[in-house]
Amino acid sequence: MRIVVASGKGGTGKTTIATSLALVAAEHGSVHFLDCDVEAPNAGLFLHPQLTDTKDVGILIPQVNENRCTYCGECAKACQFHAIVTVGKKVLVFPELCHGCGSCALVCPEKAITEQLDVLGVLQGGRASSQIGFTQGVLNVGEPMAVPIIRELKQWELFSSASIEIRDAPPGASCPVVETLRGADYALLVTEPTPFGLHDLKQVVEVARELGIPSGVIINRDGIGNTDVELYCKEIGLPILMRIPMQREIAEGIASGKTLLDVSLDYHLSFKQLYEILLREGNL
Amino acid sequence: MKIAISINGSDLNALFDPRFGRAQAFCIVDSESADYQIFSNAAVAASGGAGVAAAQFVAEYRVDAVISGSYGPNAYETLSAANIKMYTLAGGGELNIQDVIEKFSAGELGEPQVPDHEGFHGRGRGFGGGRRRGSF
Repeated sequence: MRIVVASGKGGTGKTTIATSLALVAAEHGSVHFLDCDVEAPNAGLFLHPQLTDTKDVGILIPQVNENRCTYCGECAKACQFHAIVTVGKKVLVFPELCHGCGSCALVCPEKAITEQLDVLGVLQGGRASSQIGFTQGVLNVGEPMAVPIIRELKQWELFSSASIEIRDAPPGASCPVVETLRGADYALLVTEPTPFGLHDLKQVVEVARELGIPSGVIINRDGIGNTDVELYCKEIGLPILMRIPMQREIAEGIASGKTLLDVSLDYHLSFKQLYEILLREGNL
Repeated sequence: MKIAISINGSDLNALFDPRFGRAQAFCIVDSESADYQIFSNAAVAASGGAGVAAAQFVAEYRVDAVISGSYGPNAYETLSAANIKMYTLAGGGELNIQDVIEKFSAGELGEPQVPDHEGFHGRGRGFGGGRRRGSF
């Protein structure tokens, strides 16, 4: 069973929820935790994995053998991203525009294009406990394309035998979130009861629905803002699975690297109930 | 000499557009015969790589020079590879095509500084320009 913790708005508590859920799930079976927020992976701060394995990842970009190239321009015509271009008797490749689709190599009539790995980041993995295998992707600074890293992270087989997979998603509702959600059995959407929280929640709800993934909402910092998130959830039939109040002790706990389970014993029960709901909903 | 001027319109009354890759159109003028043609710039709506696409577009018309406001690193590299001379005109949004040609003839246009290619030497890529990668 694969659960994604997503949010739309950033800073609503995805990692807070995902890490506590992982610890409770680990009491019932083996867990694979994936930190898919490859631009700022920070779940490791709470789960303390021993990172023992690494793997360079990236995309395949074209390399042109100019001895074979006839400058016919077929590669440039095929490229939707203007990452390869022929001008006169020259062919230019712009790796930063390339999406690694391989079309140029496919259409080249002279077989002058080979593909080479352009490293965009790294996968890291190791055990956080006997029951929790932890992996994360780390996008290199300055590289804006997170999707190839997330895709490779999902395919990395380090802990693929675990019975439950928990993916901590990046914020937003764009391609990296779509890639994180793809193939999931359930989407836990963490929001806060504010206009920003609602606005971005709606976007990620649309994404999950488009992908056909059942979803439920967790309201974090409950008590601030207004009731619009609740009204919206009621209106579209989205279950509210958990509420976490706005409390100073939670903020202090998170800031010192504690999970919610460490902050208060009560959360152990809440997360156990949440886990049971997820088992039920996700297996439908 | 054939010169492509980035313009913000589709006829001879169009004003100069200081953007190169995202210009609405290019006016290609022959400075000797004063013949001109206007071509809309397909790259204006490209999700990424507009500078490269626009540079390839004007290169296909075998222009000798381009006049625009500024050039991104990818456009600069592509135009350089095509041996197309780049001229810059600061501001200029109020000028029409005739005004731009007069400034060109009077030698009042600038030339671009070599853009900062931080990835050009950094990773041994062989080809390639800057490090900004378009998002999916």
